[in-house]
Amino acid sequence: MILIVAEHTAGKLAKATLEMVTAARESGREGPITLLVLGQNVAAVATEAAAVADQVLVADLPGLATYNAEVWAAATTQIAQEGEAHTVIIGGSRSGREYAPRVAVKLDAAYLEDATKLSSNGAALQAQRYTYLARVTETVEADGLVVVTVKPGSFAPAAPAGAAGEQYDVELTLPAPRVEVTGKSVEKSSRVALTEADVIVTGGRGVGSPENFSRYVEALADNLGAGVGATRAVVDAGWRPYAEQVGQTGKTVQPKAYIALGVSGAVQHLSGMGKSKNIIAINKDAEAPIFKVADYGIVGDINEIVPALIEASRK
Amino acid sequence: MNILTLVRQVPDAEARVKINAQQVDLDGATLVIDGMDEYGVEEALRLRESGAPIEQIIALAIGPKRNEDALRTALAMGVDRAIHVETDEKFDAVTLSRVVAQVAQAENATLILAGGQEADWDSQALGAASAERLGWPQLTWTNELKLDGDTLTGRHDVDDGNESFRATLPAVVTTQQGLNEPRYPTLPNIMKAKKKELRKDDPATYGLTGKVRTVNAEIQTRARLNTMIDGKDAQAAAQQLLDLLRNEAKVIA
Repeated sequence: MILIVAEHTAGKLAKATLEMVTAARESGREGPITLLVLGQNVAAVATEAAAVADQVLVADLPGLATYNAEVWAAATTQIAQEGEAHTVIIGGSRSGREYAPRVAVKLDAAYLEDATKLSSNGAALQAQRYTYLARVTETVEADGLVVVTVKPGSFAPAAPAGAAGEQYDVELTLPAPRVEVTGKSVEKSSRVALTEADVIVTGGRGVGSPENFSRYVEALADNLGAGVGATRAVVDAGWRPYAEQVGQTGKTVQPKAYIALGVSGAVQHLSGMGKSKNIIAINKDAEAPIFKVADYGIVGDINEIVPALIEASRK
Repeated sequence: MNILTLVRQVPDAEARVKINAQQVDLDGATLVIDGMDEYGVEEALRLRESGAPIEQIIALAIGPKRNEDALRTALAMGVDRAIHVETDEKFDAVTLSRVVAQVAQAENATLILAGGQEADWDSQALGAASAERLGWPQLTWTNELKLDGDTLTGRHDVDDGNESFRATLPAVVTTQQGLNEPRYPTLPNIMKAKKKELRKDDPATYGLTGKVRTVNAEIQTRARLNTMIDGKDAQAAAQQLLDLLRNEAKVIA
């Protein structure tokens, strides 16, 4: 079987899970597509999952109330072994990419990391992935038992196929977590999550000040129902929280439209957004590298163009 | 206690990457120590300077000859000695974790510091896979770290924000921006580093069999429209952009 570990937040199945189902369907690997739901009080998630999977395995346990890499790796491995999975698909989120290697070691499986495409080449599972700060696209392949992480935003979300899959409760023997979480700060935003947004408005140093960031970037994002992103320079300057950072050490996004305001376009930033379907850049410096990757560009003063854009987009 | 810090020599972020015969060709590219690994080297040194009873800090690199330069940089920054498992064969991170685990055990390391993400293979797997082979816990994307006895405390980035943590050694810690500001090696330290041990290990002793094959590498550039709008008249430019986004790109309603 193909085992997919469902991602979910706040009692809802994440878009990443639907993308993983598409990845499984396109992989050319055979056997029922099985979604594994790990968590506590996840009945609603399991019902959502059943709509897109052949079967759903539900581990609704107190020990799974909060994520821990070793616990998630143990749970996934146990189910993969019991179900004789030949393919294990895990989300390419921060957490997914930290426990997936542990699953690969436990299963003595090959690990294909951060796949943007999946297909079969004879018995081998073939994946495309970005390397060299997303400047290169490599094709890698492995035989037999394979663990794959799937890059968010790379596959279309799966639509329900036929009748809902059966749901089964599973028992697990879980290790005690060895990392104690002593505090947590969740960066809440009323806006759409960056990795799920169709449109993102990002501000760079060229925006001028934290006040201008709110006045221009946030206001335009709100008019367009968009997510808000920031460059590393803006985060390092303390203008914006790290959760909004797009780039090598921040989030990787590929929205339908990426609107960059006052962003110069350093390679580290491009590696996080260069695969966006449409890139729109507004910058006063006509030589800024961001214009080389832009579909639509305006060379002009942010202080004049963006207020006009906000006004016009309100209508 | 000993610390093992993993380093690699990678193309500079601004370097032009070429493809030759379906493979990445680094000939002529400017190479540097991976910035994420540099945070790890710096953090090991800072833990020792903060008074933690650290006997030795050992840098480990696995890969082609160019990695010697990353090890030299680490030595010049202040690590005590270096080990280079030299191989031209490209192995995936899960396979390479076999070397890391064996070296950590042989060198009695109880803390491994690794880069959060590699700037060449864009992989985040080596730290986690090494932790699993050793049966150790891991902290990834760490931007604050303290060591008191064998207790690690700090802060790291998670999916929806960040968490403060406490864990007991042995452990693997991977780095994230903000952890520290790496020092520049001074000329005297660069000279001193030349006398430090840089051991060469035969990869055959670690029993490596890769499971992942790279079959192609290419540079896929998405054709961009590069439609430029004159920004002199802000109202007109804004309206024109919105019209294009609505009617041509069809990305906004």
